[in-house]
Amino acid sequence: MNTFFDSFLSALSLITSLDPALWVVVTRSLAVSATACLLAYGLGVALGAWLAVARFAGRGAVLVGLNTLLALPSVVVGLVVYLLLSRTGPLGFLGWLFSFKAMVVAQVILVVPVVTALTRQVVEDVERQHGEQWASLGAGPWVRSLLLAWDERLALLTIGVTAFGRAISEVGAVMIVGGNIDGFTRVMTTAIALETSKGDLPLALGLGLVLLAVVLLLNALVAGLRRWGEQRQGTRALAPQGGVA
Amino acid sequence: MTAAVVQLRNVSVRLGPVWALTGVDLAVQPGERVALVGANGSGKSTLLRTLHGLLPPAQGLVARHPALRQAMLFQRPHLLRMSALGNVALGLWLDRGQGLSWPQAKARATEALQRVGLSAVARQSGRQLSGGQQQRLAMARAWGRRPDVLLLDEPTASLDPHAKREVEALMANFAAGQERPLTLIWASHNLGQVKRLATRVIYLEAGRVLADLPVADFFNAAELALHSPAAHAFVQGELP
Repeated sequence: MNTFFDSFLSALSLITSLDPALWVVVTRSLAVSATACLLAYGLGVALGAWLAVARFAGRGAVLVGLNTLLALPSVVVGLVVYLLLSRTGPLGFLGWLFSFKAMVVAQVILVVPVVTALTRQVVEDVERQHGEQWASLGAGPWVRSLLLAWDERLALLTIGVTAFGRAISEVGAVMIVGGNIDGFTRVMTTAIALETSKGDLPLALGLGLVLLAVVLLLNALVAGLRRWGEQRQGTRALAPQGGVA
Repeated sequence: MTAAVVQLRNVSVRLGPVWALTGVDLAVQPGERVALVGANGSGKSTLLRTLHGLLPPAQGLVARHPALRQAMLFQRPHLLRMSALGNVALGLWLDRGQGLSWPQAKARATEALQRVGLSAVARQSGRQLSGGQQQRLAMARAWGRRPDVLLLDEPTASLDPHAKREVEALMANFAAGQERPLTLIWASHNLGQVKRLATRVIYLEAGRVLADLPVADFFNAAELALHSPAAHAFVQGELP
């Protein structure tokens, strides 16, 4: 018990004293996950909204595949990206392995299915109820997908936070493709794993606290934005309240 | 008799495993006010959607004049999270047939909101309006298209009596000021409304047209019983 409290106090001290070793890792983590989420969010929302309104042969199989990808193990993604980016792999010429870019690619692959599946669900619910009204006004599938996704922007904000939570809390893929290289590809989760194994619990705990604080802050921000949006529009957003896993 | 604005020839529509319409023949003349009545699931909404081109017929033919302008209203209009004016303008801007620019669509939307008495709430969020105001907003969105045919799917079903009257008044007055006669075709469970507004009544049962009569004949018990015992039984049940 003493070890825990001592570590906890040391962790707080590291955070409040703006320990460079800790904050370098934190800022890199945030940069990797934010970049990955921005890319994945743009791609996932567009794809999810389109899947919500498009009807084509094999759509059911695509949706089953998409839902399966939600449970994609991050180490498998890491392994696949590693094989693709390794010197002998098809994308080896890029020279991205053990770099910031490799970690971003891995997190994009992990996050795109989450954003796509959740966006599809949100937009498809509205499309089922009201899609024909917009079709009757002259909106084709592409326009409908854009309009309905825009209209559900408050719900899509929550999806963005969920995606960020998935990215920033992930450890397996970035460990494999980033290599956890000190000062270069070390991020919060890989650092926590390493420092714990080395017995440097204050630094691991400090990083864990920052990780939790980031996620808490984002959730609070999104909850505030949703409430503001709902009050402004006089409605409640249709999607269930979500949160970062 | 003038040329029909829209005509169905032996139209059947399938929704999954169910034949929602079977062998429907129908010709609607310009300026007619046609009410579709019948029990739930009788095919009223399917017929409206088929007339509007939202559902393709499995058999038969739907014929419209190529230059015909149609608009459709639904029981619960869907409004986006934007101003009342924005909702109407967007609906008009989406109409490729008219090819309005955004400023033109906004100008037309302003005029349409005035027409339905909603100018005062033009800047308010469409979703903050009452149910009756939302339906009037949807009517502005439809009227702004200058339709030749206006299709309405139970437009007053979820409204209170006051809002119902307002929407009915708009339906009755929409034709005024139109360059061409406005044809109304709407589904309704409200036989009082049908009596007040319709010139012709079509009774549907299990996807088939069982009676198609001028409004006076439809509400003449003896006449209706002669033409369609099923429709007569329906009306008697509705109007004890």
